[in-house]
Amino acid sequence: MEETTLNNTILAKLSEKFGEKVTAVAEPYGLLTFATTKDVIINVLSFLKNDLKFNFLTDITAVHYPGKDHGIAVVYHLHNMVEKVRIRVKVFISEQNPTIPTATTVWKGANWMERETYDLFGVKFEGHPDLRRILNMDDLGVHPMLKQYPLEDPNRVDKKDEFFGR
Amino acid sequence: MNHNHPVFTDNDPQSELVTLNLGPTHPATHGVFQNVLQLDGERIVSGVSTIGYIHRAFEKIAEHRPFYQITPLTDRLNYCSSPINNMGWHMTVEKLLNIQMPKRVDYLRVIVMELSRIADHIICNTIIGQDTGATTTFLYLFQFREHIYEIFEEVCGARLTTNIGRIGGFERDFNDIAFAKINKFLKEFPAALKEFENLLTRNRIFIDRTAGVAEVTKETALEYSWTGPLLRATGVDYDVRVSDPYSSYQDFDFEVPVGTSGDIYDRYLVRNEEMWQSVRIIEQALEKLKSEEKGIFHADVPEFYLPPKQEVYNNMEALIYHFKIVMGEIDAPKAEVYHAVEGGNGELGFYLINDGGRTPYRLHFRRPSFINYQMFAPMSEGMLLSDAIINMSSMNIIAGELDA
Repeated sequence: MEETTLNNTILAKLSEKFGEKVTAVAEPYGLLTFATTKDVIINVLSFLKNDLKFNFLTDITAVHYPGKDHGIAVVYHLHNMVEKVRIRVKVFISEQNPTIPTATTVWKGANWMERETYDLFGVKFEGHPDLRRILNMDDLGVHPMLKQYPLEDPNRVDKKDEFFGR
Repeated sequence: MNHNHPVFTDNDPQSELVTLNLGPTHPATHGVFQNVLQLDGERIVSGVSTIGYIHRAFEKIAEHRPFYQITPLTDRLNYCSSPINNMGWHMTVEKLLNIQMPKRVDYLRVIVMELSRIADHIICNTIIGQDTGATTTFLYLFQFREHIYEIFEEVCGARLTTNIGRIGGFERDFNDIAFAKINKFLKEFPAALKEFENLLTRNRIFIDRTAGVAEVTKETALEYSWTGPLLRATGVDYDVRVSDPYSSYQDFDFEVPVGTSGDIYDRYLVRNEEMWQSVRIIEQALEKLKSEEKGIFHADVPEFYLPPKQEVYNNMEALIYHFKIVMGEIDAPKAEVYHAVEGGNGELGFYLINDGGRTPYRLHFRRPSFINYQMFAPMSEGMLLSDAIINMSSMNIIAGELDA
């Protein structure tokens, strides 16, 4: 219960500062989650870091939702180590033009996390000092975590969800 | 800068830089790491890390596997402490499914996780000794990793890539031999660890090689998202077991050791103290187990817990649940969940998005080795090559976790 109150305080401060830019607020398993847009993401992250004491960048990753207007979600997990509270920030960007400002200006540790996200999802972090592939070879040509790239033979049908009653 | 390091002046005749390709399979780096270094004599001017040599696309594979088949993938992240990864994954799914574990399962898990933490720290600290020239310490303490693996063998049948436990508990109870081996380990290990410390902690050569080398301030460590013993060595008392307790760690009385300067010597001391604390935790867990009802080794959640084989073949309900779980027919909530455990190297996080299909929609591993290692090249600048080697050992970078 205490966590919920703390989350409400955080959310109130965020909404006061960024107004309607804070959307899709949810609290799955007690972890405050909200979405914002890429034009204010660096301001949001700096505000969270400097004013709300989310001093620690836990992780940056992305999720691909093919077929949607803004099909790639860049997900930031932040952590306030003093008050022991975590927060999740999402930014939905378009698949055709997946660009977002880099968070390396806020945390230096974002460097490799963003390189990994670029490598696997093709998200271009604008202003990143060294945006190269990190896990895959340089001439791979595709960003393999996107859903259109199958893991196995695409003609194989025995593992399709429809055969499992879904 | 240490005063007994040589200083290169501007008019040095050997001013030309040498490019050294350290790795990917260099015997001094204990794993597949490539660093292209620019050397001025023995001093590193700049370095570029190349990783991904054993990238196996676990996140992609995980999108095509039911939950119970992902456990073996987690084994192969930090393969020096596989059980922690396994437990972390089980707990992530249990959090998603809102399953509450019986206390006895929690305590059994704590025993397994702390044993693997000891195994992980044994590797790192003995390797630091080895790389500074003290092979004896390596041989003395390393046999206890073998004893820990024998305990794992008794509990789950495997040693290195353990695949230990199930979603919902363990696949079988610890047998008497396992408890006997744990007790024997607890009796013998403290003496060996003490001997190990006697050999290294106040050893002049060891201190000269490690103290003041690769110092990191807590601000830099937090800026680079360091976690685990590396972060604690800089003086930040962040431990997931305390800040975000899982598996009933709040029931245990233990201390989180912190260092001051973040140098290699402090990392060594922090890991040693953590081994002592792990021994304490295991002793407490064994004590707590005495008051728990015997024979409970999984939660009562038949729709999610893979039943034992003899029941599958003799019991209708077990057969049905077995079929549904193997076919990925479990009803998991459509939700996203982040769960973190304190791995051997730091915060090991699982970010799971479930859309109701038979496999995760997306699974991301927050791998401490990957995030810690990005500072290796920048912090090597200005360091001697031999210092950079022990710096890498003390960061305990595990290639499997680095590359996923």
